[in-house]
Amino acid sequence: MLRALQAQRSFAHGVHPPQAKDETRDLPIKQFPFAPVMIVPLSQHIGKPAVPVVREGQEVSRGQLIAEADGFMSVAMHAPASGLVQRIALAPGIGGRMAPAIFIKPFPGSSQEISEGTPCALDTASPEDILLAIQQAGIVGLGGAAFPTHVKLKVPEDKPVDTLIINGVECEPYLTTDHRVMLEQPGDIFTGIRYLLKVTGAARAIIGVEANKLDVVDVLQPALPDDLPVTVEVVAVKYPQGAEKMLIRALLGREVPSGGLPSDVGVVSVNVATAAEIGRLLPHGRGIQERVITIGGPAIRKKGNYRIPIGTPLRFALEYAGMDEHLSRVFLGGPMMGQALPSLDIPITKGTSGFIAFTDTQTAAQAEYPCIRCAYCVDACPLFLNPSQLGLLARAGEFERMADEFNLMDCFECGSCSYVCPAHIPLVQRFRGAKSQLRKRQAAS
Amino acid sequence: MSERGRTLEIHTSPHLSSGASVDVIMRNVVFALLPVAGFAVYSFGLAAALTMGVAVLSCVATEHLLCRFAVTPTTVRDWSVTITGLLYGLTLPPALPLWMVACGGFIGVAMGKCLFGGLGYNAFNPALVARAFLQAAFPAAMTSWVPAMASERFTSVPASTFTVPFAAPVYDGVSSATPLSLFKFDGQLTAGGDLLLGLTSGSAGETCALLILAGGVYLAARKMLNWRIPAAIFATVALLAWGFNVADPQAYPPASFMLFSGGLMLGAVFMATDMVASPITNAGCVVYGVLIGLLVTVIRFWGGMPEGVMYAILLANAASPHIDGLIQPRVFGTGRG
Repeated sequence: MLRALQAQRSFAHGVHPPQAKDETRDLPIKQFPFAPVMIVPLSQHIGKPAVPVVREGQEVSRGQLIAEADGFMSVAMHAPASGLVQRIALAPGIGGRMAPAIFIKPFPGSSQEISEGTPCALDTASPEDILLAIQQAGIVGLGGAAFPTHVKLKVPEDKPVDTLIINGVECEPYLTTDHRVMLEQPGDIFTGIRYLLKVTGAARAIIGVEANKLDVVDVLQPALPDDLPVTVEVVAVKYPQGAEKMLIRALLGREVPSGGLPSDVGVVSVNVATAAEIGRLLPHGRGIQERVITIGGPAIRKKGNYRIPIGTPLRFALEYAGMDEHLSRVFLGGPMMGQALPSLDIPITKGTSGFIAFTDTQTAAQAEYPCIRCAYCVDACPLFLNPSQLGLLARAGEFERMADEFNLMDCFECGSCSYVCPAHIPLVQRFRGAKSQLRKRQAAS
Repeated sequence: MSERGRTLEIHTSPHLSSGASVDVIMRNVVFALLPVAGFAVYSFGLAAALTMGVAVLSCVATEHLLCRFAVTPTTVRDWSVTITGLLYGLTLPPALPLWMVACGGFIGVAMGKCLFGGLGYNAFNPALVARAFLQAAFPAAMTSWVPAMASERFTSVPASTFTVPFAAPVYDGVSSATPLSLFKFDGQLTAGGDLLLGLTSGSAGETCALLILAGGVYLAARKMLNWRIPAAIFATVALLAWGFNVADPQAYPPASFMLFSGGLMLGAVFMATDMVASPITNAGCVVYGVLIGLLVTVIRFWGGMPEGVMYAILLANAASPHIDGLIQPRVFGTGRG
């Protein structure tokens, strides 16, 4: 009864895409094998690329630092396997652009033991020590944004944070990585929360879980440590419930101001897998060299949740998981916000929460109609924008009006408007185009 | 594994779609109108069937030919012009000369829709543009009514139906009056039951309030119609009529009569709710509905004509973009408002 009531907590608007999580939600996380060659891009995060500290031909051990952060807006990289640095050269990135990467050839006979670093002791470390440790561990937002976590945690001193939100919503269809992490690594999550509470100074933590993962509540609730001010709270199944602004609204009833950050309303929110990695890595002084992803979608044979080395080429991962011969669309992340891939030679990076493959029969393009002002998008937009009007303005090239009068820059491209549009207008695509045009114009002026 | 020869599709997110489609929405509006059209034929016989048939044909043919003329793919398959044709036919007096029906259909679709840029760009409901044209061009023919449920309605067609183009139509037999003109000019009130069931004289599809409401409920349940528009219209008309009726029952009819007589039901449920020509926000839709309700009441009570639904909706269509200009959703994180 209480659960049913709690499940009503939500944000306004949003959509209900088919969840498609049943095929992988009950599959335990499995270790993924090493590819013959790993490609570790130096820029897997938002910010400046890391700087290599190894040279070509050097032997590295698994977990060893191979590139260090270049300034504050940057994080370190670690070797995904014990092996040989083949070369440091350009490799194709997600956007189709070439970017520098470290190619590592794992030793076949190696025990692949992970090297330990200097531990960051929870009791003695200062908040600054923890921030540095998080940066040196190469931790970024694992939900998909890949924003450096230590930057996010460094809240301005004039904005006190009272609540830490641990985001375990995972509202994207198909993805079940956070779900599995919460079921299998509660201890790591709680340790991570301890570090995070200390860094942010928050008085309490809330683990937010969507109502389709009640088994998580059954696991976490009894395991909650008595000395830790943390609760598990259930929110309604709705997309994009996992978006930071939406989850804060659902859990606390607070509205992050337009153009603002969660710290403006006294909140810091961290993805649950990120929290688990902090709890798993910091006590051992290790860095991120693998992550949990879901490999799924109708074109995949061996669907599942895997702990996969960072830098595993997609081609190898697809071969291992087995794919349908009619495979025609592969995207990284979930189907609502994930990015379609132009090539299979792209490596898995820290921000990859999954890859999903569809066959050609599932992606038939639909004819585009003119906007009939049905208002489906207006009723779907979680930020209460007017996607219909924005779409018309984008078509007319009136990008400034989109930003000034219709809050274009608030749009976080969740895709709800395109999802419901009966005229099949690629609204999100137009908004992305408009934003990049605006950025270009601003840079030019 | 060889993906040589295989093409990877690149498409920006989202990669899923809800399956909603413009043609599905439009087709469902046609479905919702079919019972109303069926009753029109039952009530007015062959004349109504011919009127609606010519109305649909002239509208669809106009759009198709204008698309060919503009060398663009035909847009009749989105079903929107079928709705226009059907609605237009339903708003006409059943015995209207067919050549006038065809003229109006052409003008409505050509001037009211295609000239604006087709579906999505029509500022006014094209079916009402067509009817407004006829009202201005042929006021006499547009107010000549045949009685409902006439005994010979399935065996013979009124002489006026086949009038030679540009000749004055001849009306044989009993001419009839609509409930609204009966009240306005003779002070006579029609029974409520007759209005609900559609046993009165009037335009082909406006008489049976029950079937129109059923169609509206179906579309509202499928989210293909914003129920706030008809609700606001009904509430405004009912409230105003109730107030004036209480003050002076001789001069002003009761609220129930105002709601169920004339074209109010058909207009409020199927015409005012044209997505293209109505505001996009829910709050805007309420304002728009109230505006229509006000205009209908003002025209009916104090205007020269017994009926005012058509002009009320057309005027509100014109106001719709301005309502949108004033009322926009309150953007998340910009303060309560």
